[in-house]
Amino acid sequence: MPADVSVESLFSRLEALLPRVQKPIQYVGGELNAVVKNWDEADVRWCLMYPDAYEVGLPNQGVQILYEVLNERPGVLAERTYSVWPDLEALMRQHGVPQFTVDAHRPVAAFDLLGVSFSTELGYTNLLTALDLAGIPLEAVDRTDDHPIVLAGGHAAFNPEPIADFLDAAVLGDGEEIVLAITEVVREWKSEGSPGGREELLRRLAVSGGVYVPRFYDVDYLSDGRIQRVAPNRPGVPWRVAKHTVMDLDRWPYPKHPLVPLAETVHERMSVEIFRGCTRGCRFCQAGMITRPVRERSITGIGDMVQAGLQATGFEEVGLLSLSSADHSEIGAVAKGLADRYDGTNTSLSLPSTRVDAFNVTLAGELSRGGRRSGLTFAPEGGSERIRRVINKMVSEDDLIRTVTTAYAHGWRQVKLYFMCGLPTETDEDVLQIAELAKRVIAAGRQAAGRGDIRCTVSIGGFVPKPHTPFQWAGQLDHEATDARLAKLREAIRSDRRYAKAIGFRYHDGKPGIIEGLLSRGDRRVGRVIKAVWAEGGRFDGWSEHFSFDRWMRCADAAFAGAPVDVSWYTTREREHAEVLPWDHLDAGLDREWLWEDWQDAVSEVEVDDCRWTPCYDCGVCPGMGTEIQVGPTGRQLLPLTPVRAG
Amino acid sequence: MGRRPDRPPQPPPVQRLRVRYAKRGRLRFTSHRDFQRALERALRRAELPVAFSQGFSPHPRISYAGAAPTGVASEAEYVEIALTRRCDLEAVRTALGASLPPGLDVLEVVEANSPDLAARLQASVWLVRLPGVSADAAASATSRFLAADAVEVERLTRQGLRRMDARAPVVSIDLVGDAEVEMGSERSECAILRVVVRHVTPAVRPDDIMTGLHVVADLAPPSPPLVTRLAQGLLDEQAGTVADPLTADRQPKLPQTESLARG
Repeated sequence: MPADVSVESLFSRLEALLPRVQKPIQYVGGELNAVVKNWDEADVRWCLMYPDAYEVGLPNQGVQILYEVLNERPGVLAERTYSVWPDLEALMRQHGVPQFTVDAHRPVAAFDLLGVSFSTELGYTNLLTALDLAGIPLEAVDRTDDHPIVLAGGHAAFNPEPIADFLDAAVLGDGEEIVLAITEVVREWKSEGSPGGREELLRRLAVSGGVYVPRFYDVDYLSDGRIQRVAPNRPGVPWRVAKHTVMDLDRWPYPKHPLVPLAETVHERMSVEIFRGCTRGCRFCQAGMITRPVRERSITGIGDMVQAGLQATGFEEVGLLSLSSADHSEIGAVAKGLADRYDGTNTSLSLPSTRVDAFNVTLAGELSRGGRRSGLTFAPEGGSERIRRVINKMVSEDDLIRTVTTAYAHGWRQVKLYFMCGLPTETDEDVLQIAELAKRVIAAGRQAAGRGDIRCTVSIGGFVPKPHTPFQWAGQLDHEATDARLAKLREAIRSDRRYAKAIGFRYHDGKPGIIEGLLSRGDRRVGRVIKAVWAEGGRFDGWSEHFSFDRWMRCADAAFAGAPVDVSWYTTREREHAEVLPWDHLDAGLDREWLWEDWQDAVSEVEVDDCRWTPCYDCGVCPGMGTEIQVGPTGRQLLPLTPVRAG
Repeated sequence: MGRRPDRPPQPPPVQRLRVRYAKRGRLRFTSHRDFQRALERALRRAELPVAFSQGFSPHPRISYAGAAPTGVASEAEYVEIALTRRCDLEAVRTALGASLPPGLDVLEVVEANSPDLAARLQASVWLVRLPGVSADAAASATSRFLAADAVEVERLTRQGLRRMDARAPVVSIDLVGDAEVEMGSERSECAILRVVVRHVTPAVRPDDIMTGLHVVADLAPPSPPLVTRLAQGLLDEQAGTVADPLTADRQPKLPQTESLARG
C-alpha cells in the first residue's frame, strides 16, 4: 500500500508531450461532472481503469457508476485512468512520465487500489501496459506493500484465470455494494496501521467471501493437461467465490451525474439502465447467464434519471440500456411517456438492443416520432430455424418477415440483421440459410414499402464459447472453417443479382475470435502467452489495426512448448461433463447440472422459455444467490414535466 | 413521397448573437469539433432558446468562424448563435459562461447588427512563446524570415502533404519579450514573438511559420512553442493592426427590452 504522502500532479510534465500526440484532449480530463477530491483528506483511494482508449472507456457505465458511488462517500476518493495510445506511451517512456489519472493527473501507483473493468478479454494486454507505465510489477507476487492492490471486475472477470498472475484480486458481478465493502476492509486495515502488510489485507478480503484472491488457490493439473482441482491453500478462504447482485435498482440511480467529455467518444449520449439481467436464455450469451435474475428499474425511476441526467449533462440523446430493452414490463408506457415529455425539445431517445417482433417497430416509431428513420437492428443470431432452436433464440422465420415488413411499411429504409457463425452443431447449410432469409426480407420489404430502394445489412461474427454458459463445454469452430463458411455465404448473397445490391454483408474474419476464445476459456497457463505477446508489442487487441494473430500464435507456441496444451486445446476442443473447468470455483449462481442439461437440450434442439412468464426451471441463481426476479408492471405513469423546456 | 417529420415546424430565429470566447490553459487542446459539442451541450444546460434547422435531424443554428488550431490557446474566438426568443445579452453571457467548462470562457456577447462576421475576420495576432530559445536567436531567425521573398513549407494534413508559402501572409513579426522559464530542472530563456498573419487559403498557421523559421534559420525550439491567438479582425494593411470585428455590432438597432426568460 503506498505511503500516505501528498502526490503532485503530473500534468505539467504531461502537457509538454501533448502537442506531439493525436487527440490530446483525451488525456486532459476536465469532463463536466468529474470530481477531484482532496488527496490528503481521503483515507481510501481508488483508481478505476477501463483498459481501452478513452473514447471507448469514458462512456462505460460500470466505471461511471462506481466512480460516483465511491466519490459520494466521505473519506473515499476515486479517479479514472484509460489506456494511452502507442504514440503517447512512447513519449511517456522517453520522458519518464508514469500512467496517470485524467481527473487530477495523479500517478496510478500512488493509489490504494487499482480497479480494472474488463468488458472483454481483448483488454488484457492493455492492463500490462498500464501496470508497466505505472511502475507496478506485472506479476502480483513481485508487488510490495508500496504498490496498489490490482483488482479486476466486469464480465471477463467471471474467468480471471488467464490474468490471475497479474491480479491481486477479482470481483464477480454488480460492483456497487462490493466496492464499498472492500473500501471498509481497506480503511479498517489502514487505520490499524496496516498489520501484516499486503498479504494480510488480501487475506481479509478473501475470507470475507466476496473477493477472489487467485494466489490463495492452487491449481493442480492432470498429465493430459486438464485441471485436476482448484483448492484454497490457506484456512478461512472459501472453496468457491460468489458473484454480487444488487437488488432494487431504484435505490441505485447511478450515474446521477454522467460524465460529459470534451473529446468525442463512441457513445455520444446519456444512458439510463432500465433493467439489469436477462432470462431469455440465449445459450451463447454470457451476459444473459451471469447477470440473472432480471431486476427492473421502475417507470418513475427511469423518468427521474432521464430528467436529472439531461439537466446535468445537456446531452441531446438518451439511450435506454439493458440486455433486451423491449422486454421491460412497461416499455410501452416508458417510451410514450418520455416521448411526450421531451416532444419539441430536440431530444432524441434510443433503444439500442431490439428483439425481433413487430411490437419493437411500433416502439421504435414512438421513440423516433418526427425524427429520421434510418435503420432498425434485429438479431436473429442464427440463419436456420434449426440452429435458432439450438441457441434458444425463439424467433421463427415468419416472425422475422412480419417484423421487417412492418418496419419497411412504417418508413424505415434499412434493416440490419445480426448473426453468428460457428455455433455448436452448425453446418454450411445453416449459415447459407442467412442468404435466403435476407432475400426474403428484401422481397417482402419491397412489396411492403412499395419502392425498390430499401436495404438490408447482414452483419455476422464468429461465435466464441464463454464460461458460465451452456456452451462452455462446446468446441469452437476453427478460423479456417469459419472463414470458408463466411465466404460461401458471401457468394450466395452476391450471386443472386435480383437482391445482391440490396443486401450489405459485413463480417469479421475468424482469427481474432480464436484468440478471444483462448483468453475466454483459458486457465492460468495462458498468462504466459499474454505476457509474451505484450512484451513483443501487443497492444489494443480489440482494434483490428493493432491486433496480430501471428504474434499471438507464435507466442502461444513458445509458451506452451513441452506442455500438453496448445491453442486448439483451449478453443476447438469439446469438453466433457467431468472435466474441471478453470472457472468452476467461481460461482455465477448457475447450477452446473442445469447448465449441462441445457447444453444437452441445445444439441437435441429443445427450447426453454423465459422464467419471467413461465414457471422457474431451476437454473439455480435465485435460491443460490438469495435473489429474486424484480419486474413490474407498477401501473404508474410518467406525468408531464412542468415547466416544459422551450425548444 | 417520402415521410415528413410528424411534428410542428421548428420556431424561426428572431435574434442572432455574436459571442467572443477564449480557449485557455489545458482546454487549448480541444479541437474545433470538441468545442462544438461542448457549446451545444452548454446551451442546452443553460436552457437558452437556440433555433434549430427544419427537417428530420434538426441542427442548432450556430455558425463557427475561423477556429484556432488544436493545442493553440485563444483570446479571440467567435461564434454566432440564433435564438427563437429575444434574450438579454448580459443574461446570455452569464448563463452560457456558467455552463461552459472553465477554460472555455465567454468574453463578450453582442447582437448581430452587421452582415457577415466571417468576412471581417481578415487577420490574426498570435503570441508565440518559445521556451529554450534566446531572444537573440529568435530575432535573427525572424529577420531572415522577413527578408525572404517566399518561404516554402510543408505540412502533413489529412489530405496528404501540403506545400505553402509561409512568408506571404505574414504582416509582421516582433520580438516583444524575453522571459525565464523552468525546463526540467534548469532555468532557461524564452523568447516571445508577436506575429500578425493575414487569413489566406490554405491557412498559414503559427506552426507553419515556426517551420518557416526552421527552414530559413534552422531555429529548432527544444520544446513545443506555446501559442495564443490574441485577436482577429479587420486588417489595416498600412498600420499592420487588427481591429475588433464586433465594433459594428455594438451600436444596437433595437433597445433590449425582454430579459432572458426561463421556461
